[in-house]
Amino acid sequence: MSKSNFEVKVGLAEMLKGGVIMDVMNPEQARIAEDAGAVAVMALERIPALIREEGGISRMSDPKMIKAIQKEVSIPVMAKVRIGHFAEAQILEALEVDFIDESEVLTPADEHNHVWKHDFKVPFVCGCRDLGEALRRIGEGAAMIRTKGEAGSGNIVEAVRHMRKVTSQIKELTTMGNDELMAQSKELGAPFSLVQQVAKLGKLPVPNFAAGGIATPADASLMMQLGAETVFVGSGIFMSEDPSSRANAIVEAVTYYDNPEKLASISHGLKKAMEGLDIAKIPEEERLQERGW
Amino acid sequence: MVFKMNIGILALQGDVEKHAIILSDLKMDYTIVRYSEELNDLDGLIIPGGESTTLTNLMNKNHFHKPIKEFAKNKPILGTCAGMIMMSKNVNHPLVEPLGIIDLEVDRNAYGRQVHSFVDELPVRLNGHTEKIKATFIRAPKITKIGKNVEILAEYNNEPCVVKQGQHIALSFHPELNNITIFHKAAFCINDSINQQESSHAA
Repeated sequence: MSKSNFEVKVGLAEMLKGGVIMDVMNPEQARIAEDAGAVAVMALERIPALIREEGGISRMSDPKMIKAIQKEVSIPVMAKVRIGHFAEAQILEALEVDFIDESEVLTPADEHNHVWKHDFKVPFVCGCRDLGEALRRIGEGAAMIRTKGEAGSGNIVEAVRHMRKVTSQIKELTTMGNDELMAQSKELGAPFSLVQQVAKLGKLPVPNFAAGGIATPADASLMMQLGAETVFVGSGIFMSEDPSSRANAIVEAVTYYDNPEKLASISHGLKKAMEGLDIAKIPEEERLQERGW
Repeated sequence: MVFKMNIGILALQGDVEKHAIILSDLKMDYTIVRYSEELNDLDGLIIPGGESTTLTNLMNKNHFHKPIKEFAKNKPILGTCAGMIMMSKNVNHPLVEPLGIIDLEVDRNAYGRQVHSFVDELPVRLNGHTEKIKATFIRAPKITKIGKNVEILAEYNNEPCVVKQGQHIALSFHPELNNITIFHKAAFCINDSINQQESSHAA
């Protein structure tokens, strides 16, 4: 694995900053997303809210569906693999998807190991709930990190929890000496070299995005103000009453996240947002964020 | 007192941060630009990499086309990748409305999808010198046609990838990802001696 290859992967993540990545289930939705200003689309057969409703094993999407979406839009197309399922990842690489999400939204294929992402030319994004998880994924080769949140819930509370946790753990590292960093590395279960790097940079060495429960322009603004460099919107767009207006609004909300007057006008008269779930009412074994190690 | 330029970085979407780091390294003042009025106080503008469809969408909603075209009449603009696409005259995609600042036609994502993104070395001709640099191409566009007033500063596989027209420079790759400062210096006429003077004052 050459260093330049990793730089090229992180390079694409840099280009996606300040944009919105939208989950789409067919070429028609992908068209709506690109027209609304999405910076990339995530092609998947069932968005998280539907996976929750329907249950069953969730796998990588049908290559036919991914290809149809690649044909429809000119922006980057991402797709998901099950945690640890490197064969699905090899197939997505053969399809030339632009980014692979090793995602807790699908049913995990390996309860112990994640994919060794350095082996791939395609960059990977992985979810995290805390800094240790983020750094383990970066150690395996992830070129972008996102919060896990609670996918398909339409509820922002978990994404906020995860972003705040990562941010406060990073801040803590910046106050520590080398002796403390080694103990902290053990505590976090994270590679020492990456812990040192984060302590020095005061931020993750790869872009840090937000995902899992974003449903409104205000949610996008909240995550940006908490330090996210862009947002993924999964079920929030295509489970809402008027996907195109909502998609346009969230794209603008990410750019003008710190301007409340503008956010008020962007949010004005959007039709109904997705229904949403109370996290306390989701049994622990059904919480997607618990997947990943 | 030394006159210090203030360079804007268009920050609707894209790799704004990497350009900001380059300008900081060059000891330049910079302004993050998200409102067209902010152009009024600036001496130059960077249009960063990102997605040109997204940039067009946000430029339309926030009325950027006319002010940037006006700005370009007497101030320099530097564009990288999607920035070059926005500076061109014609683009092969209906969702992209370029500014027509440099007489170019470009083909988006012409090097292919992300698995075909790459880093390679190439020679650049600037101010009478030729210098070899590392160039990172990410889902990069290709220049398919150039006007007669456009000067080619660098080529990759015999195809132009850095061009200059008047005070404006556009590149199909990302010097900001490799900490390469020569294009920022060239576009904004950043004089090394002035910066040295300043740093010696500071010291």
